[in-house]
Amino acid sequence: MSIIKTINLNKIYNETVVPVHAVKDVNLEFEQGEFTAIIGPSGCGKTTLLNLIGGLDSPTSGEVIIDGTNISNLKPKEVIDFRLRNIGFVFQSYNLVPVLTAKENVEFIMQLQGSDKSKRDERVKILFEQIGLIDRMNDRPSKMSGGQQQRVAVARALASKPKFILADEPTANLDSAATSNLLDIMLKLNETENTTFIFSTHDSRVIERARRLITLKDGQVEKVE
Amino acid sequence: MAWRNIWRNKKRTLLTIFSIFIAVFLSLFTRSMQIGVYDNMISNAVKFSSGHIQIHKNGYWENKSLNEIFKDTKEIDEILKNNNNIEFYIPRIESYALASSGKHTKGSLVIGTDPEKENELNKYSQKIIKGDYLNSNDKAVVVAEKLAEYLNISVNDTIVMLGQGYHGITAAAQYKVKGIIDFPIPQLNNQLIIMPLAEAKYYYATDNQITSLSLMLKDADKVDATIAELKNSLNDEYEIMPWPEMNVELVQAIQSDSIGGIIMLGILYVVIGFGVFGTIMMMTMERKKEFAVMVSIGMQKLKILIVVIFETLFIGLVAVLLGILISYPILYYFYQNPIPLTGELAATYETFGIDPIIPFSINAHIFVNQTLTVIGITILAVFYPLSMILRFNIMKALRS
Ligand SMILES: Nc1ncnc2c1ncn2[C@@H]1O[C@H](COP(=O)(O)OP(=O)(O)OP(=O)(O)O)[C@@H](O)[C@H]1O
Ligand SMILES: [Mg+2]
Repeated sequence: MSIIKTINLNKIYNETVVPVHAVKDVNLEFEQGEFTAIIGPSGCGKTTLLNLIGGLDSPTSGEVIIDGTNISNLKPKEVIDFRLRNIGFVFQSYNLVPVLTAKENVEFIMQLQGSDKSKRDERVKILFEQIGLIDRMNDRPSKMSGGQQQRVAVARALASKPKFILADEPTANLDSAATSNLLDIMLKLNETENTTFIFSTHDSRVIERARRLITLKDGQVEKVE
Repeated sequence: MAWRNIWRNKKRTLLTIFSIFIAVFLSLFTRSMQIGVYDNMISNAVKFSSGHIQIHKNGYWENKSLNEIFKDTKEIDEILKNNNNIEFYIPRIESYALASSGKHTKGSLVIGTDPEKENELNKYSQKIIKGDYLNSNDKAVVVAEKLAEYLNISVNDTIVMLGQGYHGITAAAQYKVKGIIDFPIPQLNNQLIIMPLAEAKYYYATDNQITSLSLMLKDADKVDATIAELKNSLNDEYEIMPWPEMNVELVQAIQSDSIGGIIMLGILYVVIGFGVFGTIMMMTMERKKEFAVMVSIGMQKLKILIVVIFETLFIGLVAVLLGILISYPILYYFYQNPIPLTGELAATYETFGIDPIIPFSINAHIFVNQTLTVIGITILAVFYPLSMILRFNIMKALRS
């Protein structure tokens, strides 16, 4: 069974004078352990689609079913809890909480989940080993490079043991070395832990390493390969 | 988490603390000055003339006639002594006389009083600029500075006093000037003569009677209660008057001034409100994205609200405490060293018989009320960010 399924998903923005049909009749399925890139030209609807899947935005019509739950039917509060338990997010601009250290940023999400201190410490250690930043754990985000911050963001996304991770252009702000480093980490997590990654990108080096490619055009799925 | 935000975002925290601190300081300062001015007006009036409460014979107040006077009996003494609210009381004879020294003559106000008690209250002895203060059995007078100047007399000179005593008897005598007093109220400084009560009784031939008993209370707020008690124990031969009734003009002046004061305070609150609100709003806007990230990774808005409330509360508390701690010594300084007034304003004050100064009050009520008001304003100012957090659109906030 697929962990994510979208059924006739549509999103129309009515905020401007001309309504924008950002996502059009999208029917997709994602399996556990995927490493999938959503690609397409700027404005094709990548961000919108990821936000719909992540429950950050609600569709104009259609459904998003995650692990058997139709998230469109959940109340706003329930959606937030659902995200906390099931979905990890990595943002293009890292978006770490500036007043917390790297470690605290990662720990934060586990605190929200209510896990106790010893469990958190244990998991934080594993995650920072995996992202190769064990010696920078106690630094604040502002002291880190973009690549390092994004690795912390990946660790934060993983901390809650989500079913999958959504990443909107995670490498857009990174140079090529940091990009390939981040991809190495993501791929390794995907291989060793079977972590599901769904990310959008423009970057050909990222596209090369994706296992599955979904191409959008004007909000519609153009091809899946 | 809230704690972290407070500590780590020093600039933001300091700015908020500063804006609330300024609010507390300004409102305390303004109110302290207003209340100080009123208190000063009242205590001037109360101390130098009326007391908190005065006892006269029925009908005295209307005509201030020496015919409506009463005996200061043991019974009254007992009653006043046994009343717990009364700090002490001064028997006085107040009347008029023409004072002259050779060529110069002037109508003057004569106060016959118990020199020791009066001194306890008004520290007259410290205001003597030449000669000495009175003893209770002196047959001499103390003359106010400006009156002495007018009469061209000094210590040890003699003045002749001509007046009308009890039941129209002519009161005429000459007295040695024992001291010259610089009386703080200009109006009185022009015309006051103080003599010992016993001598005044003799001079006006009052047959051991007095015009008034001025009562000073321990707690100025207990005027009405004390009057009620006294009315119970004294018979209705006496009129017992509270200070506002005896200082009608003053009360009116304060009332009309206090409307202005309240308007000023209102404007100040609006300014303060905008200041605090602006700062808090700015900070919230700045953190919109941070909040959005938290919601997207799964933090409930309610939890964010709690964090923000906690932060603001803490910051507000620190700011308010700081405001009080810093304001108090400053206000205390001005309380001890009132700002002197000059020019026209000073003249206006003097016509009311009030020292031309801006005194400050350090009454605890002011601190409590103003602090609570600022806290109230802060709480109102927090509503906007709170409602913003509840309503905001994650998508927009994330993109910004
Ligand atoms: N909140 C919004 N209001 C109105 N229109 C929007 C909104 N968000 C996105 N759009 C429009 O929807 C379309 C899809 O936008 P989206 O951001 O999903 O594209 P994208 O593929 O992520 O683009 P990019 O590669 O530049 O990030 C665009 O035409 C965009 O202008
Ligand atoms: Mg995008």
